[in-house]
Amino acid sequence: MTFRTIAHNAVVRRIAGALVTLLGVAVFVFIMLRAIPGNQITAGLGTEAAALTPAQQAALERYYGLDQPLFIQFFSWLGNIFTGNLGFSSRAQESVLNLTAHSLPVTFELAVLSIVLALVIGIPLGMLSASRPDSPRDAFGQFVGLAGLSIPAFLLATTLLSVLASSIGFNPNGQGHASLFENPALNLQQMLLPALVLGFGIAAPIMRTTRTAVLEVRSDDFIRTARAKGVPPRRLQARHVLRNALVPIVTMTGLQFGYLLGGAVVVEQIFSIPGIGRQVLLGLQQKEYALVQSTVLVIALSFVIVNLLTDLLYRVIDPRVRAS
Amino acid sequence: MSQGSRTTRGALAAMGVLAAVSLALTGCSPSGTPAPSGSAAADGGKLVIGVTSDPDTLFPWKATQFQAVHVLENVYGTLTEFDKDLNVVPGLAESWEVSDDGLTVTFKLRSGVTFEDGSSFGSEDVKSSFDKIMDEATAAVSAASLASVTKVEAPDEHTVVLTLSAPDAALPANLAVLGTAILSSDDTEQALNTEPNGTGPFSFKDRVASQSLTLVKNENYWGDGPKLDSIEFRVIPDESSIVAAMQSGNVQFAVFDDPLVAKTAAGGNITVSNTPQLSYHALQLNARKGALTDVNVRLAIQCAIDRQQVLDTAALGEGEVTGPITSPAFKSDPSARPCPDRDLDKAKEYLAKAGKSDGVTVHAIVSQGEYATSVNEAQNVKSQLAEAGINLDIEVLESGAYVDRWIAADFEAAIALNGGRPDPDGMYGRYFTSTGNLNKVAGYSSPELDKLFAEGKATSDPAARKAIYDKVSLELENNAAWIWMFTSYTYTATTSSVQGFTPMANGSLQYLRTTTVK
Repeated sequence: MTFRTIAHNAVVRRIAGALVTLLGVAVFVFIMLRAIPGNQITAGLGTEAAALTPAQQAALERYYGLDQPLFIQFFSWLGNIFTGNLGFSSRAQESVLNLTAHSLPVTFELAVLSIVLALVIGIPLGMLSASRPDSPRDAFGQFVGLAGLSIPAFLLATTLLSVLASSIGFNPNGQGHASLFENPALNLQQMLLPALVLGFGIAAPIMRTTRTAVLEVRSDDFIRTARAKGVPPRRLQARHVLRNALVPIVTMTGLQFGYLLGGAVVVEQIFSIPGIGRQVLLGLQQKEYALVQSTVLVIALSFVIVNLLTDLLYRVIDPRVRAS
Repeated sequence: MSQGSRTTRGALAAMGVLAAVSLALTGCSPSGTPAPSGSAAADGGKLVIGVTSDPDTLFPWKATQFQAVHVLENVYGTLTEFDKDLNVVPGLAESWEVSDDGLTVTFKLRSGVTFEDGSSFGSEDVKSSFDKIMDEATAAVSAASLASVTKVEAPDEHTVVLTLSAPDAALPANLAVLGTAILSSDDTEQALNTEPNGTGPFSFKDRVASQSLTLVKNENYWGDGPKLDSIEFRVIPDESSIVAAMQSGNVQFAVFDDPLVAKTAAGGNITVSNTPQLSYHALQLNARKGALTDVNVRLAIQCAIDRQQVLDTAALGEGEVTGPITSPAFKSDPSARPCPDRDLDKAKEYLAKAGKSDGVTVHAIVSQGEYATSVNEAQNVKSQLAEAGINLDIEVLESGAYVDRWIAADFEAAIALNGGRPDPDGMYGRYFTSTGNLNKVAGYSSPELDKLFAEGKATSDPAARKAIYDKVSLELENNAAWIWMFTSYTYTATTSSVQGFTPMANGSLQYLRTTTVK
C-alpha cells in the first residue's frame, strides 16, 4: 500500500481532519479563556484579591502557574495531554483525568437514555403524523413536536422536580448522586427525569425528521409496488418505509447525541447530575484553565467520534453508501 | 386506512411501555419516603445540608468563598471566637492579657486539646501558624489582620506572647476568623488540601468533589458538643432544587440569600428564619475620580437617594436601611447623616455649590450574576438620581470583569455588596485609613479618619471605642465617602426535625455544634 493510497483512504482522511479540528479547538479555547476577564486568583478570592500585597500576588501566580509566558503555558499543557496528564484541579484536588473518568460516563449514560427516550417518542410520533398528512393525528404529532421544541428545558425540569417532590415526595435527585454500578436502582431513578426532559426536547427534531423522511419514501414507486404485491401493511411500514427513511433519522440522532455528550449544563444543574457539562461550568467559574481546556477537548473528541460512528452506521443501513 | 390505525396503536403501545417503565422505576424503591436520619439511639443523628457549591479550597488561610469558610470553621479552631452576638470570647486561648502600654498581648492556651490526627495542640503550633500567615509567600488572606504583630514567642507550652508595633484593640476579633486558624506546626498546605486537620468540633471525613463533603463528630473536642454524629454538605447546584430536596425530606438544612427562594421554601414541614447580615449594599464613590472629587457632588448624591425605596424596589423590602457600621455592638445610627430622608432641594443646592446646576454625569459599574439584586439597585438609584439632575451612567459587567475593575479601582462609582466584620476597625480600617490595603478601592481618606482609626485601635474600653467609631461613621457620612444603603437578610431553612441551631449575623454556621436532628 503506497502512501498515496493511504492518504486517499476515506477513513484516514477523516481521522486526519478530526485531528486538525481538535487542534483548532485547543487553540481556540486556550485563547478564549485568557481573553475573558479575571483569573484563578480573582475567581477564588473575589474582591478580597484587592488586598493582596505584590509579594502575595506573585506567590499565588507561581502557585497557579500564571507566571509562565502564554506560549509555555500552551505547549506544556498540550505536551502533557499526550502523556495522558490532562492537568490538575486545585478546587477538586484531583487530576482532570480522574474527574473526567467520573463525569464522562455519567453524561454518556444520560445521553444514551435521553436518545432512547427521544427515539421511542419521536419515531412513532413521526410515523403517526406521516400516516395521514394534514389530518388531526398529524396535527397532534406536530403539536407535540412543537411543544418539545418550544418548552425550555429549565422550565420543564424545575416544574417536574418541584411538583413531584412537594406532592408525592418523589425526589431521587435530592439523595446525592448514585453510581450506576454501585446502586443501579437509585441511579436509574435519578436519570429518569433528566432523561425525560432532554428526551422530550430531542424527540421534536427526530419526530419532524421521521415525518418528512417517511412521507418522502412512501411516495416512492417501490412502496406502491410492494403494496400492490400484497405486502402486509405492518411489514411494509417496518421493512420498506422505515428502513429506507432511516438515513436522515440516524443523521439527526447522531448529531443530537453528539450535542448531549457536550453535557446538558442546565439539566445537570437542576437535577444535580455530576456530568461533564457541570465540570466545564465549575472550571469556568473558577477559571481553572487546564480543567476547561482538557474537558472541552474531551467533549470535542467525543463529538468527532460520534460523527465518525454515524458515518460508519450509514454503511450498515444503506447499501448504496457501501457500494460507493 | 387500517395501516394508519395500526401505527397509532403501535405508538400508543410504545408510550404505554414508557409509562409503565417509569412507574415501575418509581415504585420499586422507597425513594419517596425521607431517608432515615440517624438511629434512634444516637444523640444528634445525621444532618444533611444543601449547598449550591462545594468548597473551592480546604486550606483555611486561603478560604474566602462562603461555602469553604462555613465548612472549615467547623473543622478548625481559633485562639478567640465570637459568641452569637459577635462578642469576642475565649477559643483555643482560655484568656489573654494586654500590657499597660498595649504593646504586649499574652495568651494562656487551653490544655488537653488535640488535633484530628492525635497530635497535641500547643504554643509551638500558634507561633508557627502566625509566622506563616505573616509570611507573604503563604499568601494568607488574613496576613493584614496581623499587621500590628512584630514578634510571636512561645515561652512555654501553654503561653504565647505577641509583641505589637502599636496598640491594637481589634486584634482579639481578628484572631477569631478562619483566616487566622491554628494549624498543627507539622502540617503543610499540600497535605491539608486533601486531609484537613483541625481542633474544631467536627472532623473531616471524606469528600467527593462537587458532590458532597462529610464531617463527623470530633469526640475529643474541648468544648461543649458537638451533638450531631455527622454533617453532610450535599451539593445541589440550583437553589430551587434544594427547596425540592427539603420538601422531599432528603435535605434538612439550607441557607438562602434570595428572598424569593426563601419564600417558596417556607411552609409545610419547613421553617425559614431571617437573620440581618453584617454585609451591606452600598454605592461606592471614588472621591479621586471625575466629578466625585468635589464633596458637594457626593453630598448631592447622598441627599438624592431614598434608601428605603432602593430596598423596597430592588430587594422586596427584605432588609434594613443602614449606616456604615453594621456590627451589633458598634452599629451606626442610619439617621445620623446629612440627609437622613431624601431631600431633592438640598441635593440641588449641593449641586449648585459644586457649580453643576446644569447636571453632572457619574459612571457606575455593577456586576450581574454575583448577587440577585445588583442590577435592580443600580436602576432604582439611577432613576432617583435623575430627578436631582444627576445622570448615573450604568455599566453592567459580568462578575469576573467587575472584580477586575473593582480591584484596580477603575471606576467612579460601583454598586457593591461588601462583607462586614464584627470589629469596626477590621471592617473599615483597611478601606479608609490612608495606608489601608484597600484604600485605593475606597477612594477616600482624610487626616481626621486616620487619627480616629488610630485612636480606636489604641482604646480598649468598649464604650469609649463605640464613641470613637460613631465619629468615624459621621465623618464618612458627612463627606459622603460612599452612599451606604441597606443590609439584607440570610434565610436559614430547616425541617422540623432540626433543633438547636442559632444563625449569626456574620453568616457563620458555628452553632452546628449545638444542633440536633430528631
